[in-house]
Amino acid sequence: MNVTIYLDNSATTKPHPQVIEAMASLLEENYGNPSSLHTIGQRAERVITEARRDLAGVLGVKDKEIIFTSGGTEANNMALKGVARAYGNRGRHIITSQIEHPSILEVFKELESEGLRATYLEVDGEGRITPDRLAAALEPETILVSLFHVNNEIGSINPLPELAEVLAGRGRQRPFFHVDAVQSFGKLALRPGSWGIDLLSLSAHKIHGPKGVGALYVREGLVIPPLLHGGGQERGLRSGTENVAGIGGFGLAAVLAEGEREEALPKVAELRRVFLEGLEGTDCRLNSPAGGSPYILNLSFPGFRGEVLVHALAAKGVYVSTGSACSSRAHKQSHVLESLGLSPAEVAGAIRVSFSRSNSLAEAERAGRILAEVVAELGEFMG
Amino acid sequence: MDFVYGQDSLEDRYDQVLVRYGEIGLKGKNRHVFEQQLVRNIEKALAGLSPRKIQRTYGRMFVPLAGDAREVLPRLGRVFGIVSLSPVVTVGRDLEEIKEWALQMAHGHKGSFRVDVRRSDKSFPMNSMEMNRLLGGHLLRANPDLHVDLEQPELTISVELRSEGTYIYSRTWPGPGGLPLGSSGRGILLLSGGIDSPVAGWLMMKRGLELLPLHFHSPPFTSDRSKEKVIDLCRILASYAGPISLHLCHFTEVQKAIYRDCPPDLGVILMRRMMMRIAAGLARERKAAAIVTGESLGQVASQTIESISVINAASPLPILRPLIGMDKEKIVELARTIGTYETSILPYDDCCTLFVPKHPEIRPRPSRVEEAEEALAIPELVQEALAKIEVIEVDG
Repeated sequence: MNVTIYLDNSATTKPHPQVIEAMASLLEENYGNPSSLHTIGQRAERVITEARRDLAGVLGVKDKEIIFTSGGTEANNMALKGVARAYGNRGRHIITSQIEHPSILEVFKELESEGLRATYLEVDGEGRITPDRLAAALEPETILVSLFHVNNEIGSINPLPELAEVLAGRGRQRPFFHVDAVQSFGKLALRPGSWGIDLLSLSAHKIHGPKGVGALYVREGLVIPPLLHGGGQERGLRSGTENVAGIGGFGLAAVLAEGEREEALPKVAELRRVFLEGLEGTDCRLNSPAGGSPYILNLSFPGFRGEVLVHALAAKGVYVSTGSACSSRAHKQSHVLESLGLSPAEVAGAIRVSFSRSNSLAEAERAGRILAEVVAELGEFMG
Repeated sequence: MDFVYGQDSLEDRYDQVLVRYGEIGLKGKNRHVFEQQLVRNIEKALAGLSPRKIQRTYGRMFVPLAGDAREVLPRLGRVFGIVSLSPVVTVGRDLEEIKEWALQMAHGHKGSFRVDVRRSDKSFPMNSMEMNRLLGGHLLRANPDLHVDLEQPELTISVELRSEGTYIYSRTWPGPGGLPLGSSGRGILLLSGGIDSPVAGWLMMKRGLELLPLHFHSPPFTSDRSKEKVIDLCRILASYAGPISLHLCHFTEVQKAIYRDCPPDLGVILMRRMMMRIAAGLARERKAAAIVTGESLGQVASQTIESISVINAASPLPILRPLIGMDKEKIVELARTIGTYETSILPYDDCCTLFVPKHPEIRPRPSRVEEAEEALAIPELVQEALAKIEVIEVDG
């Protein structure tokens, strides 16, 4: 009876068994400091070099354009603060959307307190930023545009190539384009080089890699200052002894995800469809847009409280989250769902179900059924 | 209560701690029983350190030290019944030695001081006045940064001349006071995750009452994190009381029944009455004689005098409410002192914040409450809840 159906994969994923195995052997046998001159250090350095090549290969970019960080949050901080500090003399205006991850929005607030002007774009009914909206917000002073690829709460997808084209139209005044690709990397096609993206944030633990590792793609020729100063690792952009096992695990997780990416997409869409089938007849509202990522499914049960559903599902072995894991600890409503124009009851009754390619159809089917049962059982006591 | 030991050059030289206790001294014939309880509690508080024999003399106790003042003093500072503590240096009757140690106590001190000599050993050749003058003069000559202030000295060097030895000390810390834990029987503490109930529990423990905390949780309407929070609160209480048995009661079925079958405006009153019945049932099983709650008069709808009266009627045991006359600010201040506040304010729902009606009855009539309860299978619900109680042993 004690099943575990883990459907909170946008919060984090279970490390892939091959990743665990590779990391265990790295920790045990490849413990050197990559900066050391001797052979043990060299062997550790090789792990970093190969992981960098793997990531660069997956993205179709140059090795030296990949900087390893401690995760998506650091990559976002480094990109935004870096551009603001290095290019703040060109202009004082920056643009993002209202529904970014806190590691974007909070950095924007910080930059505002340092004297930059920020525009927070409103999304359309599908949770996207359209090229028109972006074009209308651009100013001669704009130096940076930062947008998500896939939104972490509802799964909406921004049309990155079209958005980049709008920026390219500015000619020599073109602002830098940063993309938070934490929720899309390894799941959707991603070509920062040919799409006109200057900076791109990645995280390992969302693709069955370890926590504590991420990366920032920095287009060749763009020079930003580091957040952390010290021993000059990562071409001086990220000092600190490298997380060798974590970086090795990240490289492998990326290769594994990329290898299965194309076949995983229709499979996950099927998981989502089967899950939703189980909910037929319940009073629920789909918050995720039709054209969004199938990996993320946001639903509202008006009259319920999202956290009660989360606890009730957990008691039956099904693990999902309210809005997003970052905001569910603090008692605050989801800024993303509010921006989409949901009623307070719909926001309070929202849960996020997020799939992985490792989930099975049977799991999705069963989880949908269990959710329908829970809603029926608790319905009497809610509202 | 944070016991700040700070810097002390004599740390390794103290050979025992003088423990003062207050009220026990007033307990007449039972005094012996209380003192024995305090000795046991001190021994328990020092568990894990090298064993030592506690001496009882003249309404005070001495706890020997083995160079471990820094370990022992903070632990004693949390033992209920202890009014204050002083680490002492014990010497004989040699005057030169006494002078030398008195000087050591004032080492590095700049400013006012006085010497406080007490002589209970009348065979000592000098009386306390003479000794005061002798030692004061010695200190003034040896340390030019000192001056005497008999009224409000910054430093008091105490010298006790007793037949069993001479005790010299200059530092005194307050203990929590009250009575030794366990000397007043046992009670059930209704422990929510909030600010009030841990404070109420602490105050009753300070009056000697041993506590069994009882927490009601209602999954899935409450989260496991709120359960962890209550465990953390018990850990803080256990740092004063020693290991505590936390009782977790699965309350969902009771709440569902009330919600389904009773008038919404009486929901909270009925819930509190059910809690009292379950607590009384647990008290019977565990031989406890009272229920302790963190209620304060008028704080919420269920804490009006009418509500309290209706809630009391459901309990065969006395319900002790040590916070009844305290303002919230005072309770918060106490929670901070005890160390429970930071944990209490973490934002996880306890079962009281769910199922709360929009317009609760604040002056419930007993007849209406009893009528409403006819819809509930009370004995069955209580039995079922008692049977499902889970016990977690929490160490300090």
